[in-house]
Amino acid sequence: MGSVFSFQQIVNGLQLGAIYALIALGYTMVYGIVRLINFAHGDFFMVGAFAAYGAFYLFNFFLPTGGGMAFAVLIMAMLGSGAMALLANKFAYKPLRYKPRLSSLVTAIGVSMLLEYLFSALPFIGPSPRGFPELMAKRMFVIGGAEVSNYVMIDLLVAAVLMIGLTILIQRTPMGKAMRAVSQDKDAAKLMGIDVEKVISFTFLIGGSFAGAAGLLAGLTYPRIQPYMGILPGLKAFIAAVLGGIGNVPGAVLGAFIMGLAETFATAYNSLLGEGIAFVILIVVLLLRPNGILGEKTADKI
Amino acid sequence: MDKLRLPKLAIAGAVFYAIVQILILTGVLNGYFVVIINRSMIFVILAATLNLINGITGQFSLGHMGFAAVGAYVSGTITTILCTHMNPHAFGDNLIFLAAIILGGCGAAVVGFLIGFPSLRLKGDYLAIVTLGFGEIIRTILNNIAYVGGPRGLLGIPKFSGFTVIFLFTFFTIVLLRNLVQSSHGRAMLSIRENELASELSGVDTTKYKVLGFVIGAFFAGIAGGLLAHLLQIAHPTQYGFYASSILLIMVYAGGMGSLTGSIIAAFSLTFLTEGLRVGIDWLRDTVGIPIGTEWTMVIYALLLIFIMLYKTEGFMGMRESKILVIEEKKV
Amino acid sequence: MKSSLVTAALAVALAGSFLACDKGSKEIRLGGVGPLTGEAATFGVSTKNGYDMAVAEWNAKGGVLGKQIKLTFADDKGDPAEGATVFTKLIEQDKSCAIVGTVMSKVSLAGAPICQNAKIPMIATSSTNPKVTEVGDYVFRACFIDPFQGTVGAKFAFEDLKAKNAACIFDVGNDYTKGLSEFFKAKFTALGGQVVGYEGHATGTTDFKAQLTKVLAAKPDVLYVSDYYNDVALIAKQARELGFKGPMLGGDGWDSPKLMEVGGQAVEGCYFTNHYSQDDTSPIVQEFVKNYKAKFNAVPDALAALGYDSTYIMLDAIKRAGSTDGDKIKAALAATDLKVVTGQVKFDDHRNPVKSAVIIEIKDGKQTYKTTVNP
Repeated sequence: MGSVFSFQQIVNGLQLGAIYALIALGYTMVYGIVRLINFAHGDFFMVGAFAAYGAFYLFNFFLPTGGGMAFAVLIMAMLGSGAMALLANKFAYKPLRYKPRLSSLVTAIGVSMLLEYLFSALPFIGPSPRGFPELMAKRMFVIGGAEVSNYVMIDLLVAAVLMIGLTILIQRTPMGKAMRAVSQDKDAAKLMGIDVEKVISFTFLIGGSFAGAAGLLAGLTYPRIQPYMGILPGLKAFIAAVLGGIGNVPGAVLGAFIMGLAETFATAYNSLLGEGIAFVILIVVLLLRPNGILGEKTADKI
Repeated sequence: MDKLRLPKLAIAGAVFYAIVQILILTGVLNGYFVVIINRSMIFVILAATLNLINGITGQFSLGHMGFAAVGAYVSGTITTILCTHMNPHAFGDNLIFLAAIILGGCGAAVVGFLIGFPSLRLKGDYLAIVTLGFGEIIRTILNNIAYVGGPRGLLGIPKFSGFTVIFLFTFFTIVLLRNLVQSSHGRAMLSIRENELASELSGVDTTKYKVLGFVIGAFFAGIAGGLLAHLLQIAHPTQYGFYASSILLIMVYAGGMGSLTGSIIAAFSLTFLTEGLRVGIDWLRDTVGIPIGTEWTMVIYALLLIFIMLYKTEGFMGMRESKILVIEEKKV
Repeated sequence: MKSSLVTAALAVALAGSFLACDKGSKEIRLGGVGPLTGEAATFGVSTKNGYDMAVAEWNAKGGVLGKQIKLTFADDKGDPAEGATVFTKLIEQDKSCAIVGTVMSKVSLAGAPICQNAKIPMIATSSTNPKVTEVGDYVFRACFIDPFQGTVGAKFAFEDLKAKNAACIFDVGNDYTKGLSEFFKAKFTALGGQVVGYEGHATGTTDFKAQLTKVLAAKPDVLYVSDYYNDVALIAKQARELGFKGPMLGGDGWDSPKLMEVGGQAVEGCYFTNHYSQDDTSPIVQEFVKNYKAKFNAVPDALAALGYDSTYIMLDAIKRAGSTDGDKIKAALAATDLKVVTGQVKFDDHRNPVKSAVIIEIKDGKQTYKTTVNP
């Protein structure tokens, strides 16, 4: 049993959690603003990974591998998936903004399928997995008895920086204030003169780019990418967001790290349990505490 | 009081059956075509039952293939255990097959009941995710039960599904669903779709009907799953995942939420279209040399779904039914 | 809009079927199956190349039974349900008199009952799961089976690598990897070794750290990874990250250039059991390698060799049968005694060939031949 809850496993779980956190943040922000579960969010994660892959080969012509190159690739990954999120919002979600929510949900499923199959259908991408290039040399450190690579630290660092940046954005900037206003009451915000559509677009952009960052980190850490790579992580990150309280930003982060740890421990104990633990958590949460850990209770308006 | 006007539907069914049977016997339609037609009919059952849950009762189930999986495995296990060599023409074996299929449906109905429960408390998006989760759990469990083959799948299922059997089940399902929808029970379900709160306040037992929707939908989906397993002679966990459920979703939306006719048309159209595209793409790839694969089929379907949601949400038939399926009111 | 689409699709399909009827007697129609997409995509591409090259060579020499051979290929996508559909299509629609394929055991297991029921002879090219040929007497295979492969691996680990402890990682969702690990474990234990870790992972996993941490805690000398090349590359990298420095060993699922491409330094000094090696100096292998390189601009892997061999075995049987009748071909197949690229093929009572395995070492990023193990 020692190897199930060892410090090494904790490190593994935190690394996984960091990636889930970045994806979960996007889910929760979009849900908070437009009450939509964007099924395609996991695919923005995938787009980011491929954008990073493409960017690497482009930059490789004139940049050496290393920290600088990795940073540039990260920016490209975030831009790529952010742009994809904007496109999805503009063409697929915006037209259905004031129609029944179920329509948007089904459309999101359609967008998700489209991204996955389009990427696997395009001849220069293809459905088969590809190896992700090593952007920077891997170095191992031994901390507290566990093997910790510099990749783990990068994952945690990037996630932390982005999360702090997001918090500053939401709490300290006018746009952040507008985002909070729209998520509280869309109509009131509009009446106060806020350009609601612009705020929504911006939220999609940020959420999408975070997913893209996660995509790059995943490509770096588990160096294999393929068009369907976003399905499971997307679903698990969504469950993490629900666990923490959907619509709640700190909740998404909390939920994600719990999910990462739970999944790691469960898998170490028994791989079948590891496969199903995410769904078990989902069902338990939805049946016992649907608002999540940090979510507020909202009464049904008659 | 509505009288069950069977004749129009029965005639339409008989004509269809006769035409296809003649084409088969004269050899115009070979085994491959028969498989496509059979699969279309099975998807009719699946699409129509999903329509009952999503379109008519207004719930949102994303794990519908999970029910089919239960039906497939239960019936497949029964037939593979009971006889190592089963003869589709032996009377005794036919009875066992029938019993297996029905039991498969019952198993699926039980699962439908279990899933119906959470549906009481959840709405829209959450219900969708939970049903998706349940579908995946079913798939994972089946993948890990070594007794039924685990990741290898359930193999060597005797080939009992033939055109006649599948046709009969499909016809029966359509008749039953049609009668249900156009009865007072059906109206209760429709009222839940339109406005659940108002429906509850008007005295409709929404709990009973929501669960009923799931149970009936699951039962027939289980039957469809059993039929499919005995057609392909294999039941494998990957057949029943989210991807498969998405295809059903497309069929229901394309046909029209709430229209049985629409589901029938969509099921046939999309099944044929898939095979037609396969032939076309294979030809383009092998003969013309364009490097494309059958993934483009799914790209087209994804675009179709988005297109429908954006421009024609009501689908092909909307909520209308073909005259053949409408039960006439007895004129007073 | 929809009805015209349906009509168009039906028309195309019907037209196809009529075309099929016409040419039936003028050619020998062979069906070929393989995964062009999915987790084993490079296997499918190689196998198809093998089929194509074999057919081209026979056709250049006049075909078989005086007629040209037409191979219709179908992509099974590595999916059993898709496999069942395409096997049916090749038999019913394309009127194949025999089928070569497929690569992955789980798909062959889906296609075999269909061939058996239709009385169409089938040669699975590289499906190593023993159950494939147990389906019926029309089903043969061109490669060795996993009980043998797992045993070879265990012996190599114990005797050559001098390992006393071993750990296994496999994909619970893939019967091939599961079976292979089981056979390895049985033999390794029988030889006196200890299997200190035996962990499965879900299909599609990318993070194996949880399982690896657990098995590596028991300090195994060797890690037996029975997965396909994609997963192996990741597992190897993560194992190295977690500090494992010993050798890793696996089966024929490793055989892909992508393994070295993605695995890089992590798979250096690792071994796997395979069906043939391009370093083999025998003339038939060198001839094959030379022609393949010329035609496809790549070094042929074992999958290509098996695809090529399967086609040769089938066409040889058709020639000896003197007819395209399923029963006659089946009888001829059972009597096969043919030297092919991957060895001498003679089928035993279970329609499996009795063949040797080779051990391949990954040295300097390339596959190099280490040794041959005879049954």
